[in-house]
This record gives sequence, structure tokens and C-alpha cells, in this order.
Amino acid sequence: MLSGFFIFNQKGEILISRLYRHDVKRSAADIFRIHVIANPDVRSPVVTLGPVTYYHVRHENLYLVAATRGNTNAALVFETLYRIGELGVSYFTRFDEESVKNNFALIYELLDEVLDFGYPQNMDPDTLKLYITTEEVKSDRSIQDASSRITMQATGAISWRRNDIKYRKNEAFIDVIESVNLLMSTKGTVLRADVSGQIVMRAYLSGTPECKFGLNDRLLTDQDNGGGGNNASGTGRSGAQRRGGTDASANDTVEIADCKFHQCVRLGKFESERTISFIPPDGEFELMSYRTTENVNLPFRVQPVVTEVGRTRIEYQIQVKANFSPKLYASNVTIRVPTPLNTSGTTIRVTGGRAKYVPAENCIVWKLQRFQGLTENMLTAEAELTSMTVERRWSRPPISMDFNVLMFTSSGLLVRFLKVFEKSNYQSVKWVRYMTKAGSYQIRLAAPSGSVTADEGGKGGQGKVEVS
Amino acid sequence: MSSSSVASQITNIGQAVRSRIVSALRKGENFELRSELNSEYRDRRKEAVKRVIANMTVGKDVSGLFTDVLKNMHTDDLEIKKLIYLYLINYAKTKPELVILAINTFVKDTDDSNPLIRALAIRTMGCLRVSEIIDYLCDPLRKCLKDESPYVRKTAAICVAKLYDVAPAVTIENGFLSAVQELLSDANPMVISNAVTALVEINDSTPDQGVFELNPPLVNKLLAALNECTEWGQITILETVAAYVPGSTREAEGVCERVVPRLQHVNGSVVLSAVKVLLRYFGYINNPDMESQLARKMTPPLVTLLSSAPEVQYVALRNINLILQKRPDILSKEMRVFFCKYNDPLYVKYEKLDIMVRLGNEKNFDHLLAELKEYANEVDVDFVRKAIKAIGFCAIKIPGSSEKCINILLDLLATRINYVVQEAVVVIKDIFRKYPNKYEGIIPTLCKSVEIIDEPETKASFIWIIGEYTPRIENADEILEAFMENFGQEDAVVQLQLITAVVKLFLHRPAENQELVLRVLKVATEECDSPDTRDRAYLYWRILSTDPQAANTIVLADKPTITVDSHALPADLLDELLGELCTLASVYHKPPRMFVTADARTEVVSATSLASARQTQRPGSSATPSAAASPRHMTSPPPSSASAPADNDDLLIAL
Repeated sequence: MLSGFFIFNQKGEILISRLYRHDVKRSAADIFRIHVIANPDVRSPVVTLGPVTYYHVRHENLYLVAATRGNTNAALVFETLYRIGELGVSYFTRFDEESVKNNFALIYELLDEVLDFGYPQNMDPDTLKLYITTEEVKSDRSIQDASSRITMQATGAISWRRNDIKYRKNEAFIDVIESVNLLMSTKGTVLRADVSGQIVMRAYLSGTPECKFGLNDRLLTDQDNGGGGNNASGTGRSGAQRRGGTDASANDTVEIADCKFHQCVRLGKFESERTISFIPPDGEFELMSYRTTENVNLPFRVQPVVTEVGRTRIEYQIQVKANFSPKLYASNVTIRVPTPLNTSGTTIRVTGGRAKYVPAENCIVWKLQRFQGLTENMLTAEAELTSMTVERRWSRPPISMDFNVLMFTSSGLLVRFLKVFEKSNYQSVKWVRYMTKAGSYQIRLAAPSGSVTADEGGKGGQGKVEVS
Repeated sequence: MSSSSVASQITNIGQAVRSRIVSALRKGENFELRSELNSEYRDRRKEAVKRVIANMTVGKDVSGLFTDVLKNMHTDDLEIKKLIYLYLINYAKTKPELVILAINTFVKDTDDSNPLIRALAIRTMGCLRVSEIIDYLCDPLRKCLKDESPYVRKTAAICVAKLYDVAPAVTIENGFLSAVQELLSDANPMVISNAVTALVEINDSTPDQGVFELNPPLVNKLLAALNECTEWGQITILETVAAYVPGSTREAEGVCERVVPRLQHVNGSVVLSAVKVLLRYFGYINNPDMESQLARKMTPPLVTLLSSAPEVQYVALRNINLILQKRPDILSKEMRVFFCKYNDPLYVKYEKLDIMVRLGNEKNFDHLLAELKEYANEVDVDFVRKAIKAIGFCAIKIPGSSEKCINILLDLLATRINYVVQEAVVVIKDIFRKYPNKYEGIIPTLCKSVEIIDEPETKASFIWIIGEYTPRIENADEILEAFMENFGQEDAVVQLQLITAVVKLFLHRPAENQELVLRVLKVATEECDSPDTRDRAYLYWRILSTDPQAANTIVLADKPTITVDSHALPADLLDELLGELCTLASVYHKPPRMFVTADARTEVVSATSLASARQTQRPGSSATPSAAASPRHMTSPPPSSASAPADNDDLLIAL
């Protein structure tokens, strides 16, 4: 539990201070400011100063700090701090010094609600928004019924849904958004490649709909063959497109290493039958997140050749290949090629898109609006270096990449079906969209001594990333 | 307030200005606020209350406005009400007599038809901690514990814990404890979890009262609520269940089955709490099949935690470090997920490094070393040094990898970057200790770096190597002589090593080194401030002068090789810490009693410094050689095994 919660700005000025228990005093905030904010040597997010332990996280330009005593649950405290940050974003879109100053009364109100005696209570922004609003709330008769209904919901078994929702057209939108993470060694072998995906649902469904959701999850499809009839519209089309016309065979399943579900999903049922069943909240929510590590289709393959010519010049040859169907294309592709700190000027040539040297970021930023599948682009550049009186080492940060590919999933995940059952038996329309974006997509640069091995190493890595 | 009194306040301001300008300015704002608080316009009053709270936040004293703020308490505006309550909580301690003025409003609010207001009143009253309030709190609290709204009941449950904190006797007399116990059977999951929270809190503060005793039906009830209550409630319940000792293996298996689905929860602390329960219950289920099946299920969620926010990751990594020592099988195949990303925060990188080395084995050391070499080329000095230490650790732990490690270390020496060389030499010394007479071929290469070596620990390591291999180094006397030049200015560790090395040299080649050994012993005994140095010099001197043969057997005796399994925590401490999973103790790797009771200390203690404090303390408390080989200690200068007499010295100190 938390004994106190504080918000500081960058300079260490206190913006919000709320004590929940009497074992921590207001002066605790000063101790934190002096020993942590003003002390650049403190690197740990957990610090014990005397009897008080401080946990802090950064959010925009704020420090969110919890002060506790004794042997508290550290994981819980950090989760709580992050949740407060999310709550701030949900209420004020940007949660920074300015919005804290402008809304401090509301923030105090929220803090009073989300923690009681330092124990986290309900932190679901959608529920909280029902009764903590920016508008003036009066306790007159008309809203009393509403209040008791709200309090029922805030504590009830289905705390995430009101029971009187009505839509003329019942629709559900499913977005499968995957972040593909890559760590490629200097030799061109894949050190780590995994996908963390989220399935975001926007449910506009009346009443209390009982939903059942199916994926091409290997474990599940091993259990029962045939995914069920009520296929979500769009699945087939996108699936075919994603695979570039190859027919989706029965083996076309994905091994999900791990998944996490929204509060509404019955975990017990998933454990026993591996089916995802739930009553959705109204509107947008993250139904599940998952992680896969097997057979990751890397959308881009980068082959860097970086040679240092003497002490004053570096030559770059960066080849980028798109490894997905030619019917698809990636948008907003950005490739950051790091340059040494003492770069004085660059000459850059590219076969597509635009590239320029950004001294503030110490890198060449190469942007391509559109990158067709199965094509490749090339950047050749030279960086001139000024000589330095004191030799400082260049840390050789990795090349990093950013992109979006629509209708493509790196993991190969597909939505098989979404079934909706409701008392009134209405028809519902469902839509599915897929997108893959770059998570942390990093390609390490070889150290100067380890001559150019990208070619030879490239073959080693190829086997792993080839689209089967 | 009437206009005349406002006018009189204004004259007051005038007087104040005349008397003391600074205080008047402060007072001036308070006076202005006071008039605003008494304004006839609702908006202005509201603004004023907000300003009072804003001043309070930044630490200005606004307690003087107590009565004026209280006047605004009778309001329909919930926002204002909440702010005023906040003000009350803040100043109740300093103005207890005035809080009584607010009691009426509170009591009235607990009867309000709006459950939000009832809950708000009972929640705030619990926080006031004024003895007068307590008498007035009992009746409303009793009512609220039985309120029709679950929202009020769950607030009242926590309020009982608050009350117990100030007035345990009153709480018991009024039967509130049993009322909360009854709430354990409530229909609403959130009420149940708050009731559990309250009872656990009360039980922790007075463990001998037995207010919260778990029994099979109760555990069943809690587990049933697990599916429905909020994530925070789930953590409370899981923590409670983790502390429970099941009566039979069947019961334990049942609990495990119901806890396993929690591993799929999105909240990392729920996952860790579930892991804690499962690890705990491994001791109770007598079924290896089920145990390994459960262990397998833990792997993916633990890996997933690594993609959470860095701070949560940090807690998870510290916990994984513990879990690995108990059950290495859980993550044995997952070393790659611990590879550091370039932009990971340093505290995460350090933990990952430690875990990677733990997971290293004969099969995967190629990948591990390639990765460590990569890190050794980064620029952050501390991280690079840790990476180099890790290479040495890998060499000692995995015999098959030592050749490769040595090659990497030689590459690193070739970089001639100061801190890289310092660390590499220390690490090479450790490898020499583990594999004597195997790699002495690299000594010439090592000697090329001699002019870069400038840190005491590195010097000591280098000198130890020279001393140890004198028979095979022709110019050993020249090298040692070079170090003799600044003997007086060297660190004690260097002096000790130098004495030992010179004595070894003398024993191997007595004829030509008599002069050198006499010189070193003379300087050490006559000109040194360090008692350790003098002591050791006298010791050698006496042995050499009385019985040179004995000196031979003692100084040139075989040394015990260094071991690796001591990298782990002692078993009893590990078990204790596994019981504390997810808590601060598991982050610090220190039992709670080591940091919880501290009251007067104010020095900076961070996770890392606490961890090192633990390591320095341990040799005294446990007989295992554990301190020797955790990454930090492994690389400590070698006096303890450099020569037999020194060993004795150290033992004496340790005892």
C-alpha cells in the first residue's frame, strides 16, 4: 500500500501531494526532491531513505512518486503509479505539468477515489468517468438513482458495463495491431525476434452481449478442427491478401507464447477450454494482448555495411528489403542510421524516399512514405568527421526502424470468428483490420575491427526470417 | 461575514503592513482568501477553496482559514465538499478542537440518500484521527457496514482498519472486527477483497490477536471471489492465499488449479502474485508431474513481463533472479529474451546481465559470450565493466568456455581503453586462479598493458599473477622492481600483493633477489602506515629468517580453486525471499527485518547499495563461502588465497 503520493515537475517543485496514511509526513516530499530529483547519481526507481521507501516513474515531464513504509508490494506500487499516469491521460489527453496545474482539484478528487488508506480501489477510467467529471456534480434528487446505479457498477461483478446500452445498428470492430521487435546482431543473425500484439475491440452492441472470440491459435485448433461458421466479415479477404494469394491451409496456425486478457474475459474458461468468452465493455477496449516468438515474419530486412575510412570518414551502404507480399505496402517507413558525434557533414544518395542528416539526433533519418512489398531500397552515404583533440569513443548505437504495414501480421495471426449471443438475438456486423508496426526494431552495427560480415551473416539469418 | 468585518480586516492588513512587511504579505493573501471564502457568490467561494488547497499543496500554511473553510462545507457541490474534506484531513492534527465543528456535517452526510456521499463521509472521517471524532464515528460506521450499497460497505470495511489504527480497543468493543469478518461472506467481490485487506492489515499490526485465521471454507470463498473482483482485490487475495498452509495435498492442488488462470492477467503484479502462490504451493503438492506442468506454465508470463514498463520489468527481473536460483528449469531455454536493448535503462541492463550469466551453460555460451563482447564495446563505463566481469564469471562457471573467454579478454586488452584494461586484468587473474597453469602463455601480452594499469585492484591482480608465475617470467624481478618505486604511496592491497610476490620471487630464485626482498620488507615494516602491511611483512621476515623451508611450504602452497555455485544466495535466505516475492524485500534481496525497522537512519540507500551491503555482511553470518563469488566479490583482489598465511589472517578477521 502507498502511504503518500506526490507529483513533481522536472525542477522538483511539488504539484500534488496526497497522504493516505500517517506513517509518512509531508516532509517526505522534500527528502525525495533533495535525494532523488536533485541527485543525478540515483538510477534505481526504488530508493529507501531512512524508514521511507520511494518508488517513482516518469510520465512526460512529471515524476509520479509513491512513498511507502515497510515491506510493500513493489510490483503493485509500480502498477498503481502507471495506472495513475494512464488515468491522467484518459482524463486530460496529455498528462503533463500544465494539465496537472490546470486540473489539480479534479486530480485530488481522483486520488481520493482510486486509493483508500493507500490501497488501490477501482482504477478503471471508464467507470470513474461516470461519477468524477469535469462538470459540476450536484447531489440533487435527479441523479441519486444514477449514483446508486454507478456505485453498483463500480463494485459489481461486471463493473465495466452498464446494462441499459442500446444501439440501432449493432457493430463490432476488431483491430489486430502487432508490434514486431527485432534485435539483429552485427553478424546479421537474428538474436531476438518476437511479436507483441494487441487486439483492440470497439464494441457497439446492445444489451448484455455474450461474446466468443476465436483465433488461429495452434493449441485451440488442435483441440477442435474447424473454427466455427459465424466468420467475422473481412477475415477471409484479409487473410488471403496477407498471404499473397496462397490458400490458408489447416496448418496455418500460430503458436501464441503468452497472452493477457482484459478484465472481462473469463480466465478460468480460457484455462480449461482455451476459448475466449466475455461480456465486452461498451466502446473501445483492449480485449487481449499476446506475444509470439515462433515463425516471426520480419517485414523488413536490413543489411548495413559501414566502413570507417581512416579517421575522418565513414561510408554507409544500407540495403533495405521488404519481405512481404507485393500486393501490400508499408507506410511511414523511417530508418535511423546513427552517425558519430563528431560528424561535420554528409553526402547521401537514396534510391527512394528522402534522407537527411539530423545533427541533433546524431543520425541520418531516411523516410519513405510508401514501400512496396518485395522491393528493395538502398542508401549510400558518407559522413565526414572532424578530428577531435580528445578521442571519444562512439558507442555505435543500432540502426532503428519504424513502419506500418496494413493487412499484414508478422505472427501470422488471424481472427477466425467473433460470435455474439444476446437475449434479443439481434444480428451484428463485425469488422477486422490488421496492422503491423515496428516495436523496437534494431540492427546492430559491426564494430570497426570486426570487418564487414553482413553478407556472410546475412545468409545465416535468412533461413530464420524467410516467409514459409 | 458582514461587510463591516471585512472592512476591519482591511484595516488589519494596513496594520500588518506597518509592522512587518514579509509576514504581512503572507497574511495578505490569507486575508484576501478569507474574504473570498465568505463571499456571497458561489463561484468565488469555490475558486477560493481551490486556491486554499493549491497553497496547501505547495506547503504554505493555510490553517488559519480553518473556520472560514468549514463554513463552505454545507454545500451541494461534491467537488467543493471533497476539497474541504481534503483540507480537514490535512489540518485535523494541528486543529483538533476545530474539527469538532465539522462533525455534524459528517454525521449528516453518512445519512445522505446518495451512496457516493455516504461513502465519502465515512472515508474522510476515518482519516481524521482525532479522538473526539472517534466517538462520533462508531454509530455511522456500524450503519455503513450494513449499508445496502456495496460501494459504501467496501469503504466502511477499510474504515474499520483506519479506526483500528488509532483506537484498537474501541474497534473491538464495538464489534467492528466481527462485522468485517462477516463481510467476508458478502455477495459483492469488491467488498470481500476490501474486507480481506482490512483484516490482513489489522492482523499484521497485532498478529497475536488472531483476527484473521484462514480455514479451508474461507480460502474457498476467497478463491471464488478471485474471478470477479478487481485486479487489486485479486492481488490481496493471492497474497493472503500465499500465506495459507493447506491442510492436504488435494487442497493444495485445488488452490493451484484455481490460481493458474491468473498468470494470464494483464496486470504484472497479479501475475507475480500468482507465481508466488504457485511456488509456495510446490512445497505442499506431492506431485512432480503437476509441479513441472505448473512450472512450464509460468515461463511465458514471466517472459512477457519483460515487455512491460522498465520499472515493472526491474521488479520482475529481481524476482526472476530469485526464482531462477530455486527453479532454474523455468527459464533455462530463454536466455535470449534477457539480451539488453540499446535503450534499456541501466538498472534493467544490470539485472539482465546477471540473469543471462545465470542462464549460461555449456550449450549456449557461444551466444552468451558474443553478446557480452558486444556490451563490452559500449560506452557506459559501469556497464562495460560489469559485462567484462560477466565474461570472467562465465569462464569460471563453464569450463568449456574458458578458452573463448580468454580470447575475448585479449581482444579487449588490445583496445587499450583504460577502464576496459583495468577490468580485464582483474578478470584474467580470476581465470588464472580457476585454471592454474593453463593460460600462462598470455602473460607476455598482459605485460604489454602494464603502463595502462593504474587502479589498485588491477595492480594487485597483475602483481599477483607475476608473483604466481615467477618461475616462468624471466624478468619478473624487473617488473616487480618497477612497482617498488612508489611503494609508500600504493594502496594497502597493492602493498600486500607486492610483498607476497617478492617473497615468492625470492623463494624461487634466492640468489639474485636477496637484496630486493630485504628492501621490500624493510620499507614495509619501517615506512608504512597500514598495520596490515607491516604485519604481513614481519610475518614473512620471521619465517624467512627462522625456517626458509617452512616458508617454502607455506607461501608456495597449493591454493584452493575458486568456485561458482556460491554465486547463489544461502538456501534459507532464498526460501525466505521467495516467500516475499513481489515485495520490496525481493527487490533488495534482503529480508524485510533488515530495512523495515530502521527509523533514525537517513542516509541514501538504493537497491544497489543495499545489495552490496548484504554481500559484505554475509561472510560473518553464514559459513558458506558465498561471499567469494558473486560478481562483485569474485573479482576482489586475491589476498585471501594468495598465500597461506594471508588466508589465516583473513579468517581471523572474519571470525
